[in-house]
Amino acid sequence: MNAQLVNEISIFVLAVFLGFEVISKVPTILHTPLMSGSNAIHGVILVGAMVIMSEATGPLQIGVAFVAVILATINMVGGYVVTDRMLEMFKSRNPRGGARS
Amino acid sequence: MHLAPYIVLLYLLAAVLFILGLHQLSSPKHARSGNLVAALGALIAVGTTIDLLHHTTLDLVLLVVAIVIGAPVGAVAARAVKMTAMPQMVATFNGVGGGAAALVAIVEFLRVPVHSSPSLVLSISVVFAVVIGAISFAGSAIAYTKLQELMRGTPITYPGQQPVNGAVAAAIVVVGVLVVVGTLSALGLWVLLLLALILGVAFVLPIGGADMPVVISLLNAFTGLAVAGDGFVVGNPVLIVGGTLVGASGTFLTKMMSDAMGRSLGNLLFGAFGKIQVSEAAGPGGAKSVRSGSAEDIGTLLAYSQRVIIVPGYGLAVAQAQHVARELADVLEKRGVTVDYAIHPVAGRMPGHMNVLLAEANVPYEQLKDMEEINDAFKTADVALVVGANDVVNPAARNSPGSPIYGMPILNADEAHNIVFMKRSMRPGFAGIDNELLYDPKTIMLFGDAKDSLTKLVAAVKAA
Repeated sequence: MNAQLVNEISIFVLAVFLGFEVISKVPTILHTPLMSGSNAIHGVILVGAMVIMSEATGPLQIGVAFVAVILATINMVGGYVVTDRMLEMFKSRNPRGGARS
Repeated sequence: MHLAPYIVLLYLLAAVLFILGLHQLSSPKHARSGNLVAALGALIAVGTTIDLLHHTTLDLVLLVVAIVIGAPVGAVAARAVKMTAMPQMVATFNGVGGGAAALVAIVEFLRVPVHSSPSLVLSISVVFAVVIGAISFAGSAIAYTKLQELMRGTPITYPGQQPVNGAVAAAIVVVGVLVVVGTLSALGLWVLLLLALILGVAFVLPIGGADMPVVISLLNAFTGLAVAGDGFVVGNPVLIVGGTLVGASGTFLTKMMSDAMGRSLGNLLFGAFGKIQVSEAAGPGGAKSVRSGSAEDIGTLLAYSQRVIIVPGYGLAVAQAQHVARELADVLEKRGVTVDYAIHPVAGRMPGHMNVLLAEANVPYEQLKDMEEINDAFKTADVALVVGANDVVNPAARNSPGSPIYGMPILNADEAHNIVFMKRSMRPGFAGIDNELLYDPKTIMLFGDAKDSLTKLVAAVKAA
């Protein structure tokens, strides 16, 4: 087992615990935005798609990598935008809600 | 891959921003900025990666072209989607992410030169990422078609379903092991991809449409894990951190969501198997009669009530009736009627759906009551006004152990002195089951589009 792998496993295990701890208690109204926001975070797969795009050789690999970059970009960009749209709705509630009539 | 120190540090920064963003997303006050913080992290991760690539002109051109295709597609889709279709949109973005994760692993595996064998770590993580990513892709596609009502939302079951699914899962394990030990190479990986796609479809088919948000959350966690697997495949720490964070927090969130519905995750995912749905002897709606009323009658009833509780559901969202609902609440309040909104945790098509819609109509936060908070108040309410909701007030969840929704916590609308049901038709709700509350002698039906009906009610209350 080389040093890099040991590092990666350490990062992985710590991230598992962090993932469980970081969201603790979430009110029901935020379940969907949180799901959507974390959906956007795994859009970071774009990084992986970019790396293989630059390493791919031959039409098959390049073709598959090309599709991977498109899909990953849709995940990342769409994910953040749609989450922002959901959360935009919450903004207006407290400040304007009180002075509504 | 060996990474230069500054690249590792920039990735660390991106990872920290993901963690902070995720944390803020779980508090109502900071949720929006949390999303932006995470987006900044993504931007840094992508920017850093550009520096990491061994550019050739062709790669770079293709990369830019692919991003230029993908970015507007994602942004425009996310902007154009209606609030009612949000869950499908999330399912779609999750599915394409899962697909991308599977493809990344495939390309990396194909790159291994023909006569050298890939390392064990590489093969294991490739197999993992391909299987989980493909299940997420196919499962999300089915979730999308169910929510978009391109396919019926009720559980789809057939005899021998469980053994067949089990056999597909077993085949995945066998082929996966053969790829890892090197007996099967690239061909085995394509077979694996196909099997995992089949399993993804087969896994979601028997789950009812009303449970889809939980399924999407679970598949979201799956995609996270596939992305983490890819982190091991290409040796990239930001993929490991980002993917694992989503995998772990997504699993936790999935559990919270199924808890909010009062179901165990196992029951929700596998509950439809082997269950024979016995419809009641009389047959849905057969001999039973319903009482329907005019908007004028109901308006008068509302106007002279002390306390009205509005129970919004998916019908309100579809009709975009949230603004009229608030207008009705306003005219009632002017007459001294106390009005609250009872929000079931899974009203609509996703948790929080109703809160978002009503917030858009500037309904004061204090009037939105959680189920636990409001359930005792129904006893004292003169009218429970059910606007386009159905399953969340179905007493079958309490009374009939054979019902698919038995055990789900419901709003006690049946305890109110009068129940007004605004529905387009007698069609059952999303869970596909009949609602005995419709036939309750205390119930008055007001048929029609929720927005039209509410508008008529506003006029009727004003006239009363």
